[in-house]
Parts: sequence; structure tokens; C-alpha cells
Amino acid sequence: MDFQLTADQKALRAAMRDLLAARLDRAALRAAVERPALDRELWRALGEAGFFALRLPEREGGVGLTLADAALVFEEAGRALLPGPLVATHLAAGTEPGAATGESVVTRVDGPLVGWLAEADYVQGDAEGAVALRSVDPLTPLHRTRGTRTYVPEAALLAAAEQVGSASRSTELAVQHARSRAQFGQPIGAFQAVKHLCADMLVRTEVARAAVYAAAVTQDPCEIAGAKLLADEAAVRGARDCLQVHGGMGFTWEAEVHLHLKRAWVRAEQWQSAKEAAEVLAAAL
Amino acid sequence: MDLTCTEEEEAFRSRLRDWLSKALPRLPPRPDPSDWPARRAYDTGWQRMLYDAGYAGLHWPVAAGGRGATPTQHLIYLEETERAGAPYVGANFVGLLHAGPTIAAEGTPEQRARWLPPVLRGDEIWCQGFSEPDAGSDLAALRTRAVRDGDDYVVTGSKIWTSHAEVADWCELLVRTAPIDASVPKHRGITWLALPMDAPGITVRPLRTLAGSAEFAEVFLDEVRVPVAHRVGAENDGWRVTMVTLAFERGTAFVGEVVACRRTLTELAATARRNGAWDDDETRRRLGALNAEFTALWRLTQWNVSASTRGGGAPGVGGSVFKLRYSHARQELYETAARVLGPDALDLGRALILDRLSSLSYTIAAGTSQIQRNIVAERILGLPKGR
Ligand SMILES: Cc1cc2nc3c(=O)[nH]c(=O)nc-3n(C[C@H](O)[C@H](O)[C@H](O)COP(=O)(O)OP(=O)(O)OC[C@H]3O[C@@H](n4cnc5c(N)ncnc54)[C@H](O)[C@@H]3O)c2cc1C
Repeated sequence: MDFQLTADQKALRAAMRDLLAARLDRAALRAAVERPALDRELWRALGEAGFFALRLPEREGGVGLTLADAALVFEEAGRALLPGPLVATHLAAGTEPGAATGESVVTRVDGPLVGWLAEADYVQGDAEGAVALRSVDPLTPLHRTRGTRTYVPEAALLAAAEQVGSASRSTELAVQHARSRAQFGQPIGAFQAVKHLCADMLVRTEVARAAVYAAAVTQDPCEIAGAKLLADEAAVRGARDCLQVHGGMGFTWEAEVHLHLKRAWVRAEQWQSAKEAAEVLAAAL
Repeated sequence: MDLTCTEEEEAFRSRLRDWLSKALPRLPPRPDPSDWPARRAYDTGWQRMLYDAGYAGLHWPVAAGGRGATPTQHLIYLEETERAGAPYVGANFVGLLHAGPTIAAEGTPEQRARWLPPVLRGDEIWCQGFSEPDAGSDLAALRTRAVRDGDDYVVTGSKIWTSHAEVADWCELLVRTAPIDASVPKHRGITWLALPMDAPGITVRPLRTLAGSAEFAEVFLDEVRVPVAHRVGAENDGWRVTMVTLAFERGTAFVGEVVACRRTLTELAATARRNGAWDDDETRRRLGALNAEFTALWRLTQWNVSASTRGGGAPGVGGSVFKLRYSHARQELYETAARVLGPDALDLGRALILDRLSSLSYTIAAGTSQIQRNIVAERILGLPKGR
């Protein structure tokens, strides 16, 4: 048993981080917030990098990697707040034309909400009568539908991986701020009230990450539900605590943290809600 | 990321499982929790059975008398013993889980030969004399003094909250060997000693815990002579040795109990199904969430163990992450148990309720949650120390 990243996995993660750093820096993110359309060019770049075809067998033009590898790249997507129906398009690689290469955008009706309906080239499931919401997340347009959940374990797991990436980024942002912002003549991170918020953020993130990685390896539905539950919590509470550590600045549109919080809220309702996950976990006892 | 065990590890698991199924029925009945001598006899008897079967000190290095098992085998051991309902380390806790490993890492060959085999055989048990009335979280403020006199140290002072002190043979004792002086950091003058608990000048006064039993004690030391040869590490270098001890205590000492929590949780779910508590949405979902919690804590353990195997060393501060989350999760488990049991939660005749009371110490003992958060924030996240 060596439950650590392999050298290949580290390289994969680093490549994804570099790609996103180059294409989706702070300026690009702000621009996206002001103009919330899907960046097709970035989508194709993701396709070229194998993001969507990652788990497709090589003979079908895919990369032939595992769900655990996919979890790592989705974690990076979550860190970077990469917008778009990432999970749905990834799942559709191999079934919808152009999904694997990032030529097309695929969304999926899965329960009461569906993201990116108007932008998608393919819509899986029945979106009839869908009504546009004013989405809380400026980077995720949402529609309300009458659809029901078609539970796809991999989807819940990948969304959980994004949540872990987001939780981890919120922790970093909080720690950076706590080290540099001074009040009462010392960095605010020297105050325990702040320090303990940060410590709890890290603990929630580490526990959720272990759960997500393990579930990606075992693919056990119960472990996936646990991973989703813990990752949702780590992302949502992490973003809230990060906002608190930022003080007034955290309450502005300028700071990145509100975007993490809002996206975390959206993902918490997607693929498997906390309630649904808890029921799966209870039934397994 | 690999969670599979090798063939060899699986073979180890099935041999252990086989042995457990034969050994456990031979155990005497569990003693009354308030009868300390009987508890000691039971715990050390179990240790002796493990020793005879070749399972004692599994993860200790071979040079220290252990089996040099891989960390994965150690995890398998914890999983299987807990799953089979084997006794917990109990009175052997300090010796096996932190004093022993500290001596193995920092002791001389003579010290290892003197102290380690009896721990493994279950002949001798240890207690931990770190805390003092005025030095708890601020452990380095301890004042128990040791003055050199020929080949002995003469020790005077007092310790508090010393678990198992009444029945221990040895105590890992922290003493001050250099006077407190404002110009020197207070952790500089500390020394780590092995104190024989039957030495003249020692008085042990049991303290009654909120669970009703005498779990720990006050220990008074009045000019107790301890040979200099009992010092582990150099004089005044005890703080460094202590950090080794604490890393073991926080890093690995509790992981086995996660499996026990999962067993309790399953039993609780069965109770809830029987008594109707299951139909309450919130109770049921809390049970579900706890399932996620303990599964994840076990995965985190595997993650930490794999990381330290690659790093080739003692457990790092990652243990504080685990300890923080685990202690709160376990308390939440008993809160949920109280919900499931309803009025029966007030019946001290139930083992679960005694466990609930014991669990209140988890966020205090071995470093409070507040102290663990400081460690996580300062040593992992690199936040500045407060003034
Ligand atoms: C069941 C049990 C068994 C024990 N067994 C042993 C044993 O065998 N050997 C041994 O040596 N010790 C033992 N202990 C002692 C244990 O290690 C101490 O109780 C613990 O370290 C806390 O110290 P204290 O009790 O003096 O509390 P204090 O240090 O006085 O703390 C009181 C409160 O103040 C908070 N606090 C203190 N300092 C800070 C700070 N810097 N920042 C934020 N909050 C702070 C604490 O978190 C706590 O909430 C045991 C304790 C228990 C409960």
C-alpha cells in the first residue's frame, strides 16, 4: 500500500496547474465574471490537454487514465475556479461528438438545477420547460428544471474533487492574508482567533482530500458519498472562514473568495446533495 | 495512489485473523473498570499472549526487540484486532505507544535492553509524568526539580493527571535540571528520566474522574533518587526527547481506535433501527455523516502512514490534524448515541454511556484542541507565533 501520488500523478497535476495559471489568471477570472460566457478557446485547450478524454481508452482516442487521475485534474480545476460544465462534458467524452476534444460543450439535466443550458451544444436529459434563474454564482448560469437525479457516482466524485481544490485554495488565501495584514502592531495571523479558523480550514481540507482520493481509488459508492459530503463541507465552510479572515475586504466583489463560496454552494447541490449522501451512508450501516 | 495490500500483507492478515479467532475465546472475562489491579492484570495478560504469538511490538524496529513490520502491516494489525473485538492496549498504552518508541529512538543500547523487552512481554507498565499543576498546556513551565548528587538525581516536585500511576512500574518523567532564568528559554533546562515507581519518596494519590473511576492520579516526589543512568538523552536536552514522545503520542497512538468507532457506529445503527430512532431524518443522517467521518479518518491514517513511510521517519505534525478531527468526531459519535438512546442515555449501567463520559477528555488529554490548532497553524501553515 502506497497511498501517495505517483510521480506520473504529480506531473499530471503540475501540468494542469500550469495550464490553468497561464490561461486563467486573476485578470482572466475577473474578465470572465464581467462577461459570463463560456471561453471556447480555453475549452478547446482543455480538450487538447486531455482533460475531457482523460479516462477514455487509448484505442478510442483517449488518454486511458483512471478516476484517481481525473480527481487530481478536477481538484486543480476547483482551485482555479475554472467555469463550465466540466463534469458533464468529461462524462460525455466518447458519447457526444466533440466532447472528448473540447470542440463541444455538454451539459446534463440532473435534478432540480442545470448549469450552462444556453451555452451547451448537447444537453443530456430532459430540459423541457427549464426556467432561467438569476444564478448566485456569476460564473455558473443556472436553470431550474423538473428533472430528477440520475445518480452517476463518478460525477459526484469529480465534483467532490473540485470542492477539495476550492477548499484548499480558500485556505491558502486566508493564510496569505493572515500573514500579511497587520493590526494592533502584528500580523493578524498571530491572533489565535484567526489562527484557529485557519487551522480548522486545513483540517477539513485534509480529511476531505483523503476521502476523495480513497473514493477515487476504490470507487465504492458509499465512500464516494462520504467524499462528497466532506468535500462540500470543506469547500463551503472554508470559503466562509476565508471571507471572515479577510474582514471587510472579504465582503467585496474584488476579493476572489465570494466566488469560491458561491461555486461551492452550487456544487453542493449538484450530482449528490448532502442529504442524499447522508442517506446513502446511513443505509450502508 | 494505491490502497491494495501485497500478497504477503494479505497472508499476514489471514494468519492474524486466524490466531485472533483462537486466542480471544481463551481470554478471561473483562474486569470491573474500577478495579485497577485487575485491569492491569487483564491488559498485561493480553500483551503476554501477543508476545508469545509473535505479535508484540509489531512496528518497533528489530533492534528494539520489535518485529520490524511494515507500517501497512501495523495498520492491518490495528484493523484486525479492533474488528475482532480484542482488548485495547489499556495499561500498556504509555509503554507500547510512546515511552517505548522514545527509548527505542533515543536510548542507549543498555537502556533499550533494560526497558524494552519487559514492555513487550507485558511484565512492566509505564506511566507518563509530564503535566504538573502549573504546567499543562504550557508544559515547558514545569518545576519538578532534579539536583545531581553523585551518580543520582534527587527529584522533588509533583505531577498531576498521571494515568495508570497507581499500577505503573516506571514513569517517563520530565524534570528541570537547570534553574528557571529569565534570560534562557524555559524549555532549555529540561531532562527526560525513567523513574521507578517503587522508589522511596513517591506518594501516589488517586484522583476521581467525572466518570467515577480513578483513571489518573497526583504523584508527589520528595527527594526521590533516580540514577543518572536512567536519563534518556543528554542533561537539559529533554525537550527535544519530549518532542519525539509527543510525536508518537499524537501521531500514532489513537489511530486504532478509529476502527473501534466504526464498530460502535454500526452497533448504534442497529439499535436505532430497533428502537425507532432511525425514522428521525436528522438522527439517521447524522449516523450517515459519522460513517463518512470515520471512513475518512481511516483513509487519512493510511495517507499519513504512506507519507511517513516515504519520508522514512517518525510521524510528523500531521498527527495533530488527525488528533483534532478524531477527538471531536468521537465526541459527536456519543452525542448521536445519546440521541438514539433517549432516556437510556442517562443509564450509567451502559458501557456506551461510560464511554461517552470518557470521551470528554479526548479534546483535553495529549494536548488540548486549542493547542493542536496552534500547532497546525504555526507549524503546518507557518502563521506567526502570538506575543
Ligand atoms: C484523561 C486524561 C489523562 C491524562 N493523562 C496524562 C498522563 O498520563 N500524563 C500526563 O503528563 N498528563 C496527562 N494528562 C494531562 C493533559 O496532558 C493536560 O490536561 C492537558 O495538556 C491540558 O493541560 P491542563 O489540564 O493543565 O489545562 P490548561 O493548560 O490549564 O488549559 C485550560 C484551558 O485553557 C486552554 N489553553 C491553555 N493554553 C492555551 C493557549 N496557549 N492557547 C489557547 N488555549 C489555551 C486549553 O485549551 C484549555 O481549554 C491527562 C489529561 C486527561 C484529561
